[in-house]
Amino acid sequence: MKFAALIYSDETNPEINPDPASPEFAPMMEGYMGFGATYSDKIAAGEALQPTTTATSVQVRNGETITTDGPFAETKEQLGGFYILECADLDEAIAIAADIPHAATGTVEVRPVPDFGGE
Amino acid sequence: MNVPSASDSEGDHIAHVASEEWTKVVAVLTSELRDIALAEEVTQDAFAAALEQWPSSGVPQRPGAWLLTVARRRAIDRIRREATGRSKVETIGRLEARLSPAAVAIDSSLVRDEQLQLLFACSHPALSVEVQLALVLRCVAGVSTPDLAAAFLISESAMAQRLVRGKRKIRDSAIPLSMPADSEILSRISVVHQTIYLIYNNGYVHPSGELLIENDLTEEAIRLARLVVRLIPSDPESKGLLALFLLSESRRPARTDCDNNLVLLADQDRSKWDQSMISEGNELIAAAIRREQPGPYQIQAAINALHCDAKTAEDTDWPQIELLYHSLVQHTPTPIVKLNLAVAISMSRGPAEALPLLDRLMPELEKFHYAHAARAEILVRLERYEEARAAYREALELVRNESERTFLNNALAEL
Repeated sequence: MKFAALIYSDETNPEINPDPASPEFAPMMEGYMGFGATYSDKIAAGEALQPTTTATSVQVRNGETITTDGPFAETKEQLGGFYILECADLDEAIAIAADIPHAATGTVEVRPVPDFGGE
Repeated sequence: MNVPSASDSEGDHIAHVASEEWTKVVAVLTSELRDIALAEEVTQDAFAAALEQWPSSGVPQRPGAWLLTVARRRAIDRIRREATGRSKVETIGRLEARLSPAAVAIDSSLVRDEQLQLLFACSHPALSVEVQLALVLRCVAGVSTPDLAAAFLISESAMAQRLVRGKRKIRDSAIPLSMPADSEILSRISVVHQTIYLIYNNGYVHPSGELLIENDLTEEAIRLARLVVRLIPSDPESKGLLALFLLSESRRPARTDCDNNLVLLADQDRSKWDQSMISEGNELIAAAIRREQPGPYQIQAAINALHCDAKTAEDTDWPQIELLYHSLVQHTPTPIVKLNLAVAISMSRGPAEALPLLDRLMPELEKFHYAHAARAEILVRLERYEEARAAYREALELVRNESERTFLNNALAEL
């Protein structure tokens, strides 16, 4: 079954999320390259996200689209990327999530993806 | 304590026979259906059928096999009606294969794996602790929902909700209901130990209850620890856990006086201690230690064994207890274990050596009434009465259990 691994970390802390122009950026990316290579047969999808300063929240009320600058909720750690993992059970998903580099500095939330039986 | 209930005494007999099989049938069906809630429902159906049929037909020779067969048939009916998709066909196939007469034998050795699987799932760390305790007691120990609600001081509907939430999380987040690899069992079992330990502690001093001891939960914890020892006989920590419970429980008759007031270990009437529990605990700990794989429960059991062995409080082998606490600190360096080490040092080497150790720990233990009470006692022994009074008052600010409060009030009044 599929699990989403949602990667949260403090995007304002340069030690945890270095600027792409800084020398610390390459080692962080290497961590993710290594993770991707190790679990290539388990990763169904995955993306990084631009920081929440780029977020736009969208709501439709009475047929009208309302946009707001910023993320849905202000939090100490922000969603910075995700993977969709193909795992046998929660224990396997937890074991893989623990190897995501930001698990060491932030929080990875693991959520099952429901199977609505489309096959 | 157990699940089915019947009004008349013949029904009671049948209910008793049946209830012994309840947890086993639930465990087997959970493993086959991969769904605890459904397993419980069809088991309940089978029990209802038993209560209806057995009074006239008599209790079958193998009640477990009878119940399991009926429950499997109900499960097949329900899945045919309700489920969809490929897993439906697979599950029905699996169940039908087990309806053949050769496959229905059920005895304790056959359900070992299933009961372990259920224990692992119900005490999975992805569940909140309160949900773990409720699920283990309900699904593995077979405690009824009303009894559970009473033990945890919440309403029956709140307890039922808690159980539903837990079962749903197990199902929807795919907490495994399969058997872990042999190599993983011992590491997984430590999580189970923790859950059972918490059940025991909840029964031992209920955090807010008026009674010092709530018997039911300590008894259930002991039953669960026995089950784990039977399921994994090679694990010394499981034996250590059961020994710890038995040795601690052996002193229960002396732990409170007739007014349910707390009596300290040193002041207890040792003739009231339960000698059969002590000797069983001693045998278990001796067997565990022979495997030479020490762990925190074995060490705590060994400390309790030394207390139980002492004919009088003065005979207590405090230097040995201090040594054991030193090794317990190596395994579990928590502030509370360090506090107990400091108390042991106050007995083996004197209060003057213990006080500085305790004072260094206090910032971490500020909110823990027992730490202030222990500090107060050490200050009394050093004849620093003014500070002792202040420490007792701090403990009284924090204590929630009524018999402990009475004890502290008396200690303060005596100063």
